[in-house]
Amino acid sequence: MLKIKALTVNVEGKPVLNGVNLNVNPGEVHAIMGPNGSGKSTLSNVLAGKSEYQVISGKVQFSGNDFLTLSPEERALQGLFLGFQYPVEIPGVSTENFLRTALNEKLKYEGKEELDAFDFQQLLSEKLQQINMDKSMTDRSLNQGFSGGEKKRNEILQMLVLDPKLTVLDEIDSGLDIDALKQISLGINQYKSEKNAVILVTHYQRLLNYITPDFVHVLMNGRIVMSGDYTLAQQLEEKGYEWIQAEPAVA
Amino acid sequence: MLTPDSQSKTSSKDIASITGTEYKYGFETVIETDDAPRGLNEDIIRFISLKKKEPAFMLEWRLKAYRNWLKMSEPTWASVNFNPIDYQDIIYYSAPRKKPVLKSLDEVDPEILKTFNKLGIPLSEQKLLSGVAVDAVFDSISVATTYKDKLAKIGIIFCSITEAIQKHPELVQKYLGSVVGYKDNFYAALNSAVFTDGSFCYIPKGVKCPMDLSTYFRINNADTGQFERTLIIAEEGAQVNYLEGCTAPQRDNNQLHAAVVEIVALDSADVKYSTVQNWYAGDKNGVGGIYNFVTKRGLAHTNAKISWTQIETGSAITWKYPSVILKGDNSKGEFYSVAVTNNHQQADTGTKMIHIGKNTHSKIISKGISAGKSSNAYRGMVKIDKKATGSRNYTQCDSLLIGKECAAHTFPVIEAKNNITQIEHEATTSKISEDQLFYCQQRGINEEDAVAMIVNGYCKEVFKELPMEFAVEAQRLLDISLEGSVG
Repeated sequence: MLKIKALTVNVEGKPVLNGVNLNVNPGEVHAIMGPNGSGKSTLSNVLAGKSEYQVISGKVQFSGNDFLTLSPEERALQGLFLGFQYPVEIPGVSTENFLRTALNEKLKYEGKEELDAFDFQQLLSEKLQQINMDKSMTDRSLNQGFSGGEKKRNEILQMLVLDPKLTVLDEIDSGLDIDALKQISLGINQYKSEKNAVILVTHYQRLLNYITPDFVHVLMNGRIVMSGDYTLAQQLEEKGYEWIQAEPAVA
Repeated sequence: MLTPDSQSKTSSKDIASITGTEYKYGFETVIETDDAPRGLNEDIIRFISLKKKEPAFMLEWRLKAYRNWLKMSEPTWASVNFNPIDYQDIIYYSAPRKKPVLKSLDEVDPEILKTFNKLGIPLSEQKLLSGVAVDAVFDSISVATTYKDKLAKIGIIFCSITEAIQKHPELVQKYLGSVVGYKDNFYAALNSAVFTDGSFCYIPKGVKCPMDLSTYFRINNADTGQFERTLIIAEEGAQVNYLEGCTAPQRDNNQLHAAVVEIVALDSADVKYSTVQNWYAGDKNGVGGIYNFVTKRGLAHTNAKISWTQIETGSAITWKYPSVILKGDNSKGEFYSVAVTNNHQQADTGTKMIHIGKNTHSKIISKGISAGKSSNAYRGMVKIDKKATGSRNYTQCDSLLIGKECAAHTFPVIEAKNNITQIEHEATTSKISEDQLFYCQQRGINEEDAVAMIVNGYCKEVFKELPMEFAVEAQRLLDISLEGSVG
């Protein structure tokens, strides 16, 4: 589904990603872990097409298409969803209205019939129920005055409604209490299927107690220095990232 | 209260000499045509007054206004730039060639109806069923007034100002110029001298108007100055929602639009006035477009309330400050505004809230949106008189910038002459952030739609003041106005 080959990216002239390779297939959950400043968020943003990143070399293919030439909205419409580390606020635009617009753009792109307000509400309330969220939240302006936890839950809700092929969640677990973490994990686990894939970008292992990844990758200094299964995350939790720095690179 | 009559008494002898002169200058030659010749002089004013079959007091008033106007000069304090207007190069009166019959819509010139339909003006039967009474002004002549009879049964008069001058001269004489005097300002004086039509609305004591009253204005002929005069009178305890929509087709030459709207809200009356203004804004290079120099003011007596809501998306230049004089104790004034400028548009708009009575309250919510190379200024005045104790004002004034070449200015003036008064002023300037746009794009919404969505959200506080149908139109206009503002 997603093939990243030798991806090298600069931000303001400085290299941030240094030849990242990654293959993600349908049905898989990947965790990308790494210390602060290792390039985790850059990778998420480059995949989504944010403009301030200069791709120096390398390739990103999504479902066989060259992804790097596409606009951010085109990438989204083709099935990429990015759960933001810091979701933005849009005053005066309700979450419901925002999400319906987004879903209808997707349906239009896929040549399907758009949902009217009534049908959409029905879909929305199903998804809200799935993660025990209250309807009142979607009546409020998008993320405005939301707590950190509410913002993250809102990202998960959007993922469930838009049902993307590939979901990248950038530090979805940061700043969450245990209840919110459980709620978010519940959403991700319900979303997971044989047809889609998830990339969890995280600093900590605790999210992985609720969602078991098939692969764990360690990103350091702009490259994946180690890959393994779930146990790698546990090792990291015990020994810290310094442990890997001491090891020779085995990318 | 300032009334023209109290300001300067003209003896009946003067009137006779003024009105008497009209024949001296060989009127016959101009009367035969439907358009007045270019330019402005006392004869043109007599011609207009004669064409409109006005009583003598009107002509006298117009001439007084004209003579005052001659001594005045254009205001220069607004933050707008334009080439000098040649007031002698304007046609001050133009009537449709085929005089429309007012009995039924079927008899209206089909060409005119076609134009209205293109504009989506609710003159059709379906629209009528939705309960909107429409007084449509095509250039300077009222084409059709619907629902008039039904309203008349409960004492409401809703007609063109021309008709009101002919049929209800006592009301016109009493109230015309009572809120915006003919000496008020340069454009108001010009309007008083040459206005050719507009709407008149009278709600008698205790009557709540059962439907929204709506007028559509439209400038059609090239080089025609449009000078509407609107007068709304709500007697004690009366209530009315008044809607005004404006639109103009594309023209290369700048056209002058200098309207005056006066609202009189007697004790405990409630008047809500909503405008969607979409006059032609000029092209991308700033060529053409309407100069919209408008004076709108309401006078609120004891316990009365006047509320202005405006959505300004059009015009090359907007100069407009709908205001409320809170004369009576406990009266309320409100101003909700969205002003959008794009390309080379210039807007200088805001409000004045003049607190005179005790415990008077006013509220100002202004949202300015600038895109392209446009300039958008909020100019507001809150004045609280010495006697207006216990008064309150809340002002919220937000500017949103789209792109790097536009400008937003805020010129608030606050004057409080007593210390038992509460004034709050909040102002913000923001930009649509790259992060907001990227977030929307990541959800599959393209940049242009994202801008429209964010701007609509930004204006929500004002849109919710509009009737449903108007709110939908306002959103659509906003989207159109901002087209091409990104990238």
